[in-house]
This record gives sequence, C-alpha cells and structure tokens, in this order.
Amino acid sequence: MTTEASATGQSASTTGRQRNRRSSGGVRGWFGRQPVLVRAVIIVAVVVGAYLLPYLGQVPVVGPQLITEGIDWPSALFNMSYYVLLALGLNVVVGFAGLLDLGYVGFFAVGAYTVALLTSPDSVLHTEWAWLAALPVAVAIAMLSGLILGWPTLRLRGDYLAIVTLGFAEIIRIFATSSETLRGDRGFANIPHPPGTLPDGKPIFGVADATPYFWLGLSVIILVILGVRNLDRSRVGRSWLAIREDEEAAEIMGVRTIKYKLWAFAIGAFIGGLGGVMFAGEQGFMNSGTFVLQFSILVLAGVVMGGSGNIAGAILGGALISYIPDRLRGITDPIFNTDLFGFRFAIFGLVIIAIMIFRPQGLIPSRRRAMELKDRAREVAPIE
Amino acid sequence: MSEPHIDTPQEWDDSIARPVDRPAPTGGRATAEATLPQRASDALLDVDHVTLRFGGVVALNDVSFSLRKGEIFGLIGPNGAGKTTCFNAMTGVYRPTSGGIWFQGESIVGKRKHEITRSGIARTFQNVRLFPEMTALENVMVGADAHHKTSVIGALFRLPRHWREERSGRERSMELLRFVGIDHRAGEVSRSLSYGEQRRLEIARALATNPTLLCLDEPAAGFNPAEKADLLALIRRIRDTGVTILLIEHDMRLVMGVTDRIVVLEFGKKIAEGTPHEVRDNPAVIAAYLGVPADAA
Repeated sequence: MTTEASATGQSASTTGRQRNRRSSGGVRGWFGRQPVLVRAVIIVAVVVGAYLLPYLGQVPVVGPQLITEGIDWPSALFNMSYYVLLALGLNVVVGFAGLLDLGYVGFFAVGAYTVALLTSPDSVLHTEWAWLAALPVAVAIAMLSGLILGWPTLRLRGDYLAIVTLGFAEIIRIFATSSETLRGDRGFANIPHPPGTLPDGKPIFGVADATPYFWLGLSVIILVILGVRNLDRSRVGRSWLAIREDEEAAEIMGVRTIKYKLWAFAIGAFIGGLGGVMFAGEQGFMNSGTFVLQFSILVLAGVVMGGSGNIAGAILGGALISYIPDRLRGITDPIFNTDLFGFRFAIFGLVIIAIMIFRPQGLIPSRRRAMELKDRAREVAPIE
Repeated sequence: MSEPHIDTPQEWDDSIARPVDRPAPTGGRATAEATLPQRASDALLDVDHVTLRFGGVVALNDVSFSLRKGEIFGLIGPNGAGKTTCFNAMTGVYRPTSGGIWFQGESIVGKRKHEITRSGIARTFQNVRLFPEMTALENVMVGADAHHKTSVIGALFRLPRHWREERSGRERSMELLRFVGIDHRAGEVSRSLSYGEQRRLEIARALATNPTLLCLDEPAAGFNPAEKADLLALIRRIRDTGVTILLIEHDMRLVMGVTDRIVVLEFGKKIAEGTPHEVRDNPAVIAAYLGVPADAA
C-alpha cells in the first residue's frame, strides 16, 4: 500500500495499518500482511484458546508437562492473570511514557486495601459492601493516588523518579504494616467474592475452583488491552512517545507534557488498582505481607523481559513472572532434595540474565524500543 | 559628543511600548501614559528591551525589535551572538531577566511552551530535534495535535470527534509533507531520513501547529548551494501562505536574498537593523563579521 493510499483511502485505522506495514519482518510482519478476515480468525482463535487454558492439562503429551504441580492449575492461571494486568498497567507508565516507576505495587495495594476496608467485616468502617460495589471506588482511589504520586514527581526523570516511586510504595507498605486501621499482618478476612450464582444455587466464584476467577481476569485483561491499544494508536500514544523521545521538543510542538504524564500515571494506577481489586476478591484474605518491594521489581522485570513499550510483550512478560515460580513449585531437585520453589528467585534471576544477554530488547520488543536500544549501544561503542 | 536631551519620536514610542507593570518615568508624559495598555497594532511580535543573564554572562543585552505581519525577518550575527538564545526566550525555553515579549498584543513572558505554540509561534531547531523513532507522518501529526480537542476519553472510546480529528490531522500532515516535498517518505521512521529531509520534516512539523509566526533556526546549515536555493523557494512559499517568518541564519548571502528586514546581533547586543541593503553597508556589521583591523580599534 502506498502512502498516498493510506492518507486518502479508508481512513479508519490507517495509523495502525502503517505500523503493521512498517514492521515487515517476523511474525508480526506476516500478521500485518494478512487480510482482515484472516487476522480476525486468528485473534478469535487466540482468545478462545486463552479461555480454554484451564483445560490445558487434558491436552495429550504436552499438556501435563506445562501445567503446574505444586499449585492447582486454575489458581496458577489466576495468578498469571493479575500479573499480566499489572504488567499491562506498568507498561503504560514505563513503556509508553518512559517514566521509570519502581513503586507500582503501591497502586495494587491501594486497590486491594480499599476493597478490604469497604467490604471486610474486620474493617473499622463496618460498611461491608459487596465486592462489585467496592470496585469502582477502589479503582477511583487508586487513580487518585496515581495523580498524587505523579504531581510532585513531574519534574523528575530516570533514576530520580525511580527513587521517589520506590519511596511511595514503601510508605504504603509501612503504613499498612504499622497502622491500626490497615491491621498490619493480621490483615482482613472474609473479603467477599465477586457476585453471581450458578443454576444449582452455588456461587460462581467459590473457594474450591479458581477457574471462574481466571475467566474474569482474562475478560478484564481483554478490555484493558483494547483500551490501552486505543490510547497507544491515537494522539495520546503519540504524545507519550514524543515525551519519551524529547520532552522539551514535544512541549515546544504543543504537547501538554504535564497533562499526558499525569494521565500515564493515572491510567497505570487505574490498571494496578484493578489488579488489586481482583486479587482481594479471589483471595478473600489479605495482609501487609502481600505488598513487598519484590512485587514491584518482579512486575518491572516482566515488562522489560517481555519487551517494554509493547502490549504483547507486557502480556508475555507478566505471564512468565508468575508462571515460572509456580511451575517450580512441587518439583524436588535431585541434589538437595528440596522444593525448587525455594530456588525460584535464583532460577528466575538466571532466566532474566539470559534473556537480557540474548535478547536485550525483550522477548517481543517494541520496534521503536529496539531501535532506541541499538542507538544507545552505538553511543557506548561509537566505533561500530 | 554630547547632545541635549530631547524627546525624540523614538523615545516616545518606547514609552508606549512599555508593559503595564513597568512604570513609565514620570514627568510631562501624560499623553503617553493615557495610551499605556495599548500595543502598537501593526507589530506581530514585539521584543522589548529583553535582557537575559545566565549568572554573570549577559546572553542578551537590551535587545529590541519588532516583526510586521507577513514579512521575512532575518536575525543574524556571528557565532555566540545570542540568536538562538533570543529564539529560546521567544518560545518559552528561557524567561527573560528583564524586558517584555509581546505576540499579537499579548505578553508571552512566563507562558508555558505549549501555550506559546498554540498561540501561534512555531519553531525549528538549530540541531534537528525530531522524534527519531516516529515516522515522518507521525512527527507532523504531533504538531497537528496541538489544536485537537479530543484526548484520553475520546481516544479510549473512539468517539466520532476523535476519528474526525485523527483523519483531518493525518490529511493535513500529508499535505504538509507534500508541501515541503517529502511525502514519499511519510511512512519511514524519521531517523532514517536524509539530513536535508529531516530539516524539511522539522519545518512541516512546525507548520502543522498552524503558526502565525514561524521561527527557523539556521535551516540551511550544512546545505549545498542547490539545496539552499530549494530552501529559499520553500521559505518564500511559506510566506506566501500568510505566515510571517523569522529566520536565523549564518549565511549572509541567503539572508540577503530572502529577507525583508534584518537585525544584527553581536555579543548579545543589537548592532544594526534595517533592510538587507542598509545592513550590508553598515560598518559595525562588517566589523562584526570580518573583524576590525587592529589599528582602527
């Protein structure tokens, strides 16, 4: 397709199409060249496949190898779903807008704690709302906390921003540990599950089987993907990218840098809060031990590993950071006779190092990010 | 040589041009005071006694000039004379230590950069500053977005207005790429464009913000004579669309060929102003560019 045609032809999704056209190589290039119908069929197949994941164990030969042993597979899938959600949210902040946020778990905590406070009988508020009623309030408060964090840090970039966001997450964790209202490690019990009953009178979202939670998480993920993708392929995405590449030039070209940086924080916080709400609804119990710094770092590692700035990369990265440790559960190593889960961070670290050596731009890189990285490499070694 | 102090028309104009917050000297100027809030109306841009200091360095020293609508105005001077600093003061990058800058009768000192852009001043950079990983078309669209109303909500839910703005922005951007002659590279990542194409792309991006005044910072730097001639033609075509142009340039011949009026800066001070013809013969300008013989100094 020529540029002329894309400018004057069916204008619907030209920006997206251009992007596809540009990425000529690899799977994505192939995908971009397929007719609309073929692409639609592939997308539907992938979505259906994702919804069928809880039955992976019944697939002959490969299925039993892939599912987790030490933790039931639907629960592992649900864990993956909220990690993916968090990776998608963090990808907006770090990948799109280029703002390094090390305290992302803070928003997850805000979402989860708001739900706990509003719904749990242990809460000082004694409101005991339904889970669904608490959801909008929780994500709104998470978003607000994103703005509160974003506002004073607008002038900061890179390392400085990272330190401040790190502090933010620690403040929330320490507050949760030591404040009477947030009950420290005693935590909140009896957080209600999402609503709905089956025809036989049993609740859809019970305690025995995590499959419905995974389906709920997957549905939320699909909505989030659609939203984030719409933003990325609009003036909002262009503004974020412009800010990431040259903030001053962007502002001189009329980009409201403050507004779009705040939006990036708010949207990231919204998605993180949503993850927290889902988490609280499935677990039924939570305490301050959940929101450790490791968690933020892990999600960031997932985003970078998958391919910062790319939605598919964030999904893959988020899924892997949850899947790898869960897969290690229940496997006994032959030397020390211990559960490999104990070595999860060591193994995980090796995996990350390997990926960063062999594929520094991430597993499914954003094309732009890959080029930025190449540029940086050239700056370091100008002889090339 | 000392002169008796009299109110020359020049000084009288200055008192009118004084911003409201800077009181006029007292004494026998009641008529001037009465007209204080008004600005000279034929001037598009008024740079009024602007001084800019960085610590002990005076980058701009009491520089004044004004641009008329529709002209091509040259800002020239040797290296380090303060030309780019002057641009930066006008586009909100630096805030003048003292003095005022008025655009279409409104003070722009202290306004944010994107507000100044939206009010109608666009610029290019001396060292090209595109968004390297965006396509040429996307670069221009960032400029076109400056006047778009839809934002996150519109984009999230793909509202009709979002579509309209995306489409009109894209079409206008393509037109601008055609206007500067690089539409065949629209889909290419801007870093893969040649140097000359990048310079043209910067101009297209600046034009996309729909400026009344376009500031070009050494647009011909590094160009060969043929490319310079093309650029001159482009600058004239831009002027013919009704855009006023402020041109920083090193190359005297280029400036002489295209500008209507010129201001010459040296060491942050204005040393001459006039038509290219007048400026060329001005001894101070010749001295600034060629140096002063030791015995004459």
